Amino acid sequence: MATILELRNVTRSFDSKVVLDDVSITIEQGSFTALLGASGCGKSTSLRIMAGLDRPTSGEVLLGGSDVSEQTAYERNVAMVFQSYALYPHLTVAQNIALPLTMRHLTPVRRLPLVGAVMPGTGKARQTIMDKVHEAAEMLGLDQLLNSKPGQLSGGQKQRVALGRALVRDPSLFLLDEPLSNLDARLRVRMRSEISALHRKTGKAFVYVTHDQTEAMAMADQIVVMIGGKVAQSGPPRELYEHPANRAVAAFVGHNAINFLEPGDGIDMGESVVGLRPEDLAPSESGALLARLESAEYLGSEIVLSLRGAKGAEIRAIAPGDFAVPATGSEIRLGYAPEKLHLFDADTGFRRERAA
Amino acid sequence: MRLSRSKREGLTDLWLAGPATLALLAFIFIPVAIVAVLSFTNYQFGALTFDWTGFDNYIALFSSSVGRRAVTNTLIYVAIVIPFSVGFGLLVAVGLYQMTQWAPRWSNVFKTIYFLPVAATLVAMSVAWQMVLHPSLGIVNQALFSAGLPTPSWLSDRSLVLYTLAMIGVWQSIGYNMVLFLAGLAAIPAELYDAAEVDGAGGSWSRFWTVTWPMLGPTTLFVMVVTATNAFRVFETVATMTKGGPAFASDTLVYALYREGFVYFKAGYASAITMVFFAFLLVLAVIQFRVVARRVHYR
Repeated sequence: MATILELRNVTRSFDSKVVLDDVSITIEQGSFTALLGASGCGKSTSLRIMAGLDRPTSGEVLLGGSDVSEQTAYERNVAMVFQSYALYPHLTVAQNIALPLTMRHLTPVRRLPLVGAVMPGTGKARQTIMDKVHEAAEMLGLDQLLNSKPGQLSGGQKQRVALGRALVRDPSLFLLDEPLSNLDARLRVRMRSEISALHRKTGKAFVYVTHDQTEAMAMADQIVVMIGGKVAQSGPPRELYEHPANRAVAAFVGHNAINFLEPGDGIDMGESVVGLRPEDLAPSESGALLARLESAEYLGSEIVLSLRGAKGAEIRAIAPGDFAVPATGSEIRLGYAPEKLHLFDADTGFRRERAA
Repeated sequence: MRLSRSKREGLTDLWLAGPATLALLAFIFIPVAIVAVLSFTNYQFGALTFDWTGFDNYIALFSSSVGRRAVTNTLIYVAIVIPFSVGFGLLVAVGLYQMTQWAPRWSNVFKTIYFLPVAATLVAMSVAWQMVLHPSLGIVNQALFSAGLPTPSWLSDRSLVLYTLAMIGVWQSIGYNMVLFLAGLAAIPAELYDAAEVDGAGGSWSRFWTVTWPMLGPTTLFVMVVTATNAFRVFETVATMTKGGPAFASDTLVYALYREGFVYFKAGYASAITMVFFAFLLVLAVIQFRVVARRVHYR
């Protein structure tokens, strides 16, 4: 696959504060990349630099192989969807979606309300624009709302208008900055699959900034985990989940927070800290790990057990839904498959590969 | 005995809203009603009796050349002050707002300078203006003279005096409008400018028309209402510099009201002027809030 966008050794500092520290990210043509990280990790700054809304202090931005650091966001022809939707409140839905096209196809004179209308050719250009707007609106189910103002729309509808505005101009790249974080949980799941569908339909590269690892895992084919202004690890979701490069990534990725066991907590692998995901740890008669049950959360399909290890370490395990939970305070044997253990260096936190 | 909950809440409402309502009634609504009644009489200040004269005061105001003069002068004054004061206020605010990014200190210095006329007493400022605009000694005419240009008598030329006063009115209100516009500018979300840039409206002109101007709509409406009411009330400059002259060329509604009521003690006639003044402001407020507000808040 060809590379569409590349950040090469990008550093960005505001005054003396370094926000991005030597970040290199490669976006493949047609891929779906998630920039994942906690707030303040530099993921939004990376996106703004990709868009051309911000400039790197040092480093290169390559779009389609050529350096674009001198080009504005518009010249790069990237589309961006903002967290707050950033719709123009005085324009109707149709006008909002049409704006990138009117800016592109109509000269300033033609955009004037009366003068523009009487100039030859304006009507035809407007017709072309409206055809594209209707096409985008239909794709997003907005046909009934074209004449409404953003103030009358719900959060999900506003989000769709913002997507429509991105879609209508046929950009080289879609950049989405936490687009779902202002929606309620149920709608978020639905919009998630809509955005994925949109990605498949357009075939364009998507870069998606999020702090929600579930969103990143569900949608992306490449996740870039950013911690403290640096790329901690990048790769396909499965690789991040199965081979986290360090403790921080292991803690960030995965629906259930991973257990970390220091030497002496029950699983001894030399000097290493052992990472073991709760879903890889379950009650078992012949289990090797002994822990005291503190509480149990029944979730229907599964039961989340909170336990204490020998030295007081907090351990979480997941039992099947039909597991008969013993009284709190009782000792439980937990079993795991040895290949599910992750080993991390106790000092640096980096992953250690086990001697096979 | 404990009162029911709804009664207690009612008492709280009364206690909270009551005093202000009473003050409004005592100091605004009742005086306005009295003035409205007086405007249909020939009452003289200090007299013990009066006669009902119907609409005579209003007829006198609109049929006498002096009365008509005051009304048209006020309207011309307002018509000049609103666009210039709002326009320049916006221009200065946008300029200083952008300046904040590269020269925050200078931006603040200029903000203070522009705001000075608002904070200063207009009566004192009028004395300064009188000196500045003096036909022969004033700095303006000195400068015009040395440039070889004609030196008009700014405050005693009948065809010029109203425009001179309007210019001072604009000068005085720009700072206030600037502050309001600055607040409006600060409230525009930065993401909208980002969106405009991505959409190709990133040039300063299209940025202004796509984001700044529409987003300032509510502020502009408010600024226009405030500027208009203040312009309608123009008094200090007239009273201190021209006394409505020469030959009533700068007579305005409020100055006429002052002259008729407090110099000639014609309370009835002055009340009629007040009611006309009041009607102008009411019409203005209704137009701006009913008609313009709906287009400005984008609902």
